[in-house]
Amino acid sequence: MNSILSIKNLEVGFDTPRGLLQAVRGVDVEVPGASSMGIVGESGSGKTVMCRAAMGLLRGSNVRRSGSVVFDGDEIGSLDSADVRQYFGTGMAMIFQDPMTALNPVRRIGSQLAESLVIRLGMNKKDARARAAELLGLVRIPDPEATLRKFPGQLSGGMRQRVVIATAIACKPKLLFADEPTTALDVTVQAQILELLSDLRRDLDMAMMLVTHDLGVVANHTDYVTVLYAGLVVEQAPTRKLFASMKMPYTEALLKSIPRLDQPSGGRMPMIGGRLPDPTNPEPGCPFAPRCPYVQDRCRKEVPPLTVAPDGHAYRCFYPIGGNA
Amino acid sequence: MAGSGKAHMRPSADTILSVEDLTVEFKAAGGSSVKAVSGISFDLVRGETLAVVGESGCGKSTLGKAILRLIPTSGGSVRFDDRDLLAMPENELRQMRPAMQMIFQDPVSSLDPRFSVARLVEEPLAIWERGTPEERSKRVDELLEAVGLDAQIVRERKPYEFSGGQCQRISIARSLALEPLLLICDEPVSALDVSIQAQILNLLQDMKERYGLTLVFISHDLAVVKAVSTRIMVMYLGKVCEVAGPDTLYTSPRHHYTHALVGSVPLPDPSAPRARAAIQGEPPSPVDPPSGCRFRTRCPAATDKCAAEEPQLAEVAPGHFVACHHPR
Ligand SMILES: Nc1ncnc2c1ncn2[C@@H]1O[C@H](COP(=O)(O)OP(=O)(O)OP(=O)(O)O)[C@@H](O)[C@H]1O
Ligand SMILES: Nc1ncnc2c1ncn2[C@@H]1O[C@H](COP(=O)(O)OP(=O)(O)O)[C@@H](O)[C@H]1O
Ligand code: SF4
Ligand code: SF4
Ligand SMILES: [Mg+2]
Ligand SMILES: [Mg+2]
Repeated sequence: MNSILSIKNLEVGFDTPRGLLQAVRGVDVEVPGASSMGIVGESGSGKTVMCRAAMGLLRGSNVRRSGSVVFDGDEIGSLDSADVRQYFGTGMAMIFQDPMTALNPVRRIGSQLAESLVIRLGMNKKDARARAAELLGLVRIPDPEATLRKFPGQLSGGMRQRVVIATAIACKPKLLFADEPTTALDVTVQAQILELLSDLRRDLDMAMMLVTHDLGVVANHTDYVTVLYAGLVVEQAPTRKLFASMKMPYTEALLKSIPRLDQPSGGRMPMIGGRLPDPTNPEPGCPFAPRCPYVQDRCRKEVPPLTVAPDGHAYRCFYPIGGNA
Repeated sequence: MAGSGKAHMRPSADTILSVEDLTVEFKAAGGSSVKAVSGISFDLVRGETLAVVGESGCGKSTLGKAILRLIPTSGGSVRFDDRDLLAMPENELRQMRPAMQMIFQDPVSSLDPRFSVARLVEEPLAIWERGTPEERSKRVDELLEAVGLDAQIVRERKPYEFSGGQCQRISIARSLALEPLLLICDEPVSALDVSIQAQILNLLQDMKERYGLTLVFISHDLAVVKAVSTRIMVMYLGKVCEVAGPDTLYTSPRHHYTHALVGSVPLPDPSAPRARAAIQGEPPSPVDPPSGCRFRTRCPAATDKCAAEEPQLAEVAPGHFVACHHPR
């Protein structure tokens, strides 16, 4: 398979006063070109750290990183952030949960957007301004010219995220990292933004890593899924396959806990009790064991290896749902 | 004038809250004003959970705060436990405060980071001089255990040592300290992970049963309120669109906006056909709302009548009320 991004055995830890915090514990992810990979897991499972490490964006003397990251044929895993930066102009881009962090609150949208085009693509000012308006049109902002004259604070959260997406796609990236791009938005706007991302992906032939804690989002907008738990890949498969035959008890629990419109009213919601294990002090055994409804003795003693079924469906469980394939 | 009607009101001996023609206006830039809440009426029967649902900016939080008189109102009335809250002098209102509590969306910033968990939960009791220090301390332990925290472990910790979900548990414990009759929850799970949302929703359900609460539950997400509510009120740009029970609203939404909201919830099933985003564009500016039906600029079924006349709430089936000239 032709991968735009290939992450192999990525480990990321942070030195903390309480010891080494193991945020990512040996993760493999392959993103085929022009496809969409969902990264799903609850808060603290290592999604953001994994993406930032892959992009070379984790800095600081307390960061311990190892493993290989190949982007578009180049090994970038060992490069430091300054060297990885060149790839942002040409092939990678990213958007985050809070669009405000990516925008300067005291400058007009037009000058920010145009400036980034001048810097990244070497355009002249006049062309950059015209291109900025064009980009806002591409992300379906109804009145691009008026929006260029506004400050970020004058836009709604959804419009701000559109502006950030416009900036991100300016250099026609081959890969877009989207870290919870709709978590801060309401459901109607979320639906619009996800649809926009899917359309842009198709039109620009762009691959995407879509980070989310919501399996509903994954189901509708990704081709492949990686489920992270306590810094480990616990399940990985094409999206349709994963939903058709879920193997991992954690993924099943995550799915059941989604509030659904078709669930009976007046009752209690299915939920996952407890929480993630302490990342500075992982207990032996399967990290999901304390919360797993199928736990057995063996689970508390050994970490289950990642089993890869002949059809490529990978899962990390001794007693997978429906048995081993 | 022009409210959205009162057909859905159910005056009875069990009514705990009755809101009529409530209007809240804010001054906007350039001397204009925004009617964030524009003539809203509804009532609450003891023990029920009313969900208030609608897009960002439609006035949900403003409505919640106005009911508790946390912000000034510009018209209408609010009767709580059969007393007129808006007309009441300050000192009398103060006496009512313990009975009406509110919790907010951002659990972390709504708790003072300098105080220990025990102090945060005890504070309302101390302010109202309820019990001796020993009795209060015992009550704090009870409340912390009730919301699923181990009192001995968490008592002396500070809010920043906790996750968002745990902070929301602490907020809930604090809001229950004075044994309120009414609890208004403003997006209590929107800032939380899906997996933690279910825990907090179940906790609120437990607390409601245990302490006999009446709840108002504000959310932008219909799916979140589906399981916990007994009645849902859908709002758009400061007005009421539709009121119905949760199952009715899901299976047969009659207002075009409610229908779009139902369609916005992502279904966790990749083989289900993916509909286009159910609603396009942004809500119009509340400074200059559309005439007639406020939803008409985004409504697929809008006619001239929708621009000319404001629709009033009417009962389309028992317990199901819609403000629309051409219901689906
Ligand atoms: N203090 C204020 N001054 C001026 N306008 C305000 C003020 N508070 C709210 N508004 C306006 O009133 C309207 C309703 O706001 P409100 O916060 O009640 O919406 P909401 O439905 O709670 O939205 P969200 O889902 O984003 O929390 C919005 O147009 C908002 O900009
Ligand atoms: N700069 C940092 N220093 C120390 N610990 C960190 C840092 N960034 C993240 N972590 C820890 O790494 C783990 C994974 O975090 P993160 O990747 O942000 O989770 P997610 O994005 O899945 O919510 C968490 O335990 C978090 O507290
Ligand atoms: S290995 Fe055991 S504890 Fe872990 S998920 Fe599988 S059944 Fe559950
Ligand atoms: S009144 Fe008219 S514009 Fe409003 S929802 Fe009904 S059909 Fe649409
Ligand atoms: Mg994150
Ligand atoms: Mg609000």
